[in-house]
Amino acid sequence: MTLFESLYVAPPTLAAQAPILAIAGPLIGACATALSPGGRSGWVISVITASFALWMSLSVACDVAREGVVVYVIGGFQPPLGIALRIDALGSAMALLVSSMGLIGAVYSGHALVAEVRAETHTLFQSGYLLCVGGFLGLVLTGDAFNAFVFLEVSSVGTYALVAAGEQRDRRALPAAFNYLIMGTIGATFYVIGIGFLYGATGTLNMADMAVRLATLGDNTAVQAGFAFVVVGLGIKAAIFPLHGWLPGAYAGAPSLVSVFLAATATKTAIYLIARITFDVFPDSSAFGQTFVHFVLAPLAAVAVIVCSIQAIFETEVRRMLAFSSVAQVGMIMLGLSLANAAGASAAVFYIFAHALMKATLFMALGALAISVKARTLAEFAGMAREAPWSATAFGVGAASLAGLPLTMGFLAKWNLVEAALQAGAIWMVVVIAAGSALTLVYAWRMVEALFFRTPIPGAPRAREAPVGVLAPLWVLAGLSLWFGVNASLPESLANSAALALFGGGR
Amino acid sequence: MSLIVTHFNYVAVVVMMMIGLFIVFSSGNLIKRMIGLAVFQTSTGLFYISLGKVSGGTAPIMVDAQSADGRALAAALNPQYVAQYGVDGVVYSNPLPHVLILTAIVVGVATLAVGLAIAVRIREAYGTIESEEIDALVRVDAARAEPVA
Repeated sequence: MTLFESLYVAPPTLAAQAPILAIAGPLIGACATALSPGGRSGWVISVITASFALWMSLSVACDVAREGVVVYVIGGFQPPLGIALRIDALGSAMALLVSSMGLIGAVYSGHALVAEVRAETHTLFQSGYLLCVGGFLGLVLTGDAFNAFVFLEVSSVGTYALVAAGEQRDRRALPAAFNYLIMGTIGATFYVIGIGFLYGATGTLNMADMAVRLATLGDNTAVQAGFAFVVVGLGIKAAIFPLHGWLPGAYAGAPSLVSVFLAATATKTAIYLIARITFDVFPDSSAFGQTFVHFVLAPLAAVAVIVCSIQAIFETEVRRMLAFSSVAQVGMIMLGLSLANAAGASAAVFYIFAHALMKATLFMALGALAISVKARTLAEFAGMAREAPWSATAFGVGAASLAGLPLTMGFLAKWNLVEAALQAGAIWMVVVIAAGSALTLVYAWRMVEALFFRTPIPGAPRAREAPVGVLAPLWVLAGLSLWFGVNASLPESLANSAALALFGGGR
Repeated sequence: MSLIVTHFNYVAVVVMMMIGLFIVFSSGNLIKRMIGLAVFQTSTGLFYISLGKVSGGTAPIMVDAQSADGRALAAALNPQYVAQYGVDGVVYSNPLPHVLILTAIVVGVATLAVGLAIAVRIREAYGTIESEEIDALVRVDAARAEPVA
């Protein structure tokens, strides 16, 4: 963690308030952008706010690395009655992921919006974007189950609007956003119902307090019903296999900036909350929870890996391909979590980082390629590497990481997952991971082949290389995928301490 | 049977929830689907309020039993209880679920507003708000994106 401490020097007064400032910063920024006069002002505020959120997240991560668990009492009302932010290594790792992706997305938005979103809505778009960043940060930092719902919906309301903003490029974004809104709201409402059951049974909303009371309560029907509602509701948000219907349309239709940010963070934060509720709030001894993890979560994750990878192979639109791939990769992450031990959780968290980086690279590279030419299908992207070598090479790096080629972060992610599965003796899981990786290689190769080795359609418009403002964040992402593929000590130490926080009994 | 009678409020919640979900999934009209969603969300409000209800409880207003004003307020709020047990005996409902559901209502209104706004934009882009017609047009768009050569 010495790296963090060398990176940030926050004044102690600021550092003491860092958890709430990480959330409040983007939310205040969202108001400021909405009121800003237009032009590039929205972008400037967005970048400043996102940098501030990252700074505060780093500060929180340092405190967590030093103290283990940071509890921030909001407004001085002591928990369990008051709302508290409770951050352990898992929460701070997720906060780092969200805020760093938020900053990269904000930098990228400067050029991406001009190409894809109507000019008069730019400031409002930035407002929605910051709302998302703040919502996700709140979700991963809070220690209160109902507060988590509020942040879930704050981010979701922003997300729906952002996806719908893709209408300028592709009007199918609108029905996709509507569908997402319906499914997402049903999911969130299920979560509220579940929390209602749990509140009725335990009389508390504070997650740490709830965990203590559930352990003494034992299994009862109300608790089980509550758990089922919570997990199904969050399963919709996390796009767990049969509940993923909203995702391909939303990711394919949204502006590329939104796909970049959502693919890297949205489903991940929902997975985080599932892990938090399943492994932290519910007692380890609960037979119900164990059954759920082994006989529901794991098989569904396996089906997702296989089925959605095959769907991705047969897609013709590149962004839909990547979207189906995302569902399959969520399956991979859930496989790691369903091992229900520290090794599995560590592999899952590492996979979350790896997938966030590679999917963001891929979506951003597609956005960079599509700035000059409005291409959607594989055929339209054919041969673009000649005109736009830098964007195309970044795409190649992302695809290599996705397929899990050695020397990329994706390789290490899959390696860790296989290792964790072998340790737990889950041979079938190794087979699923291997099959999923083989299928991933097929569609990753299809994309790379089209981009690099096919000749463009005769008479198709010539692509141009993207401006530096796009290439810079793109190559930061691609470079990180490569760097962490060689030297993964930072994400691995984050993932390991996150897994220990979840399974090390450090409740 | 007696379970249903004693828990009739929960039965109402379940019925309302199912009506809401049914409208969301069976209706083709986007506005009707939003209405279904609103009914579904409202049912959770009823659920939470039911959770917080303490039988015989009054409004959760804190009174100062030491002052004359406080005693008068308590008596006005719940005359029967105060007459029987005095100010200290007043039972009140759990206020927390009310506060929670107030938040959830605000969230629901925000979602409803965004949903209706998207429905307006869909009407502008597709000229209809019927799911089937939109789906048909979406398929046309998708076919246009198929490779030409």
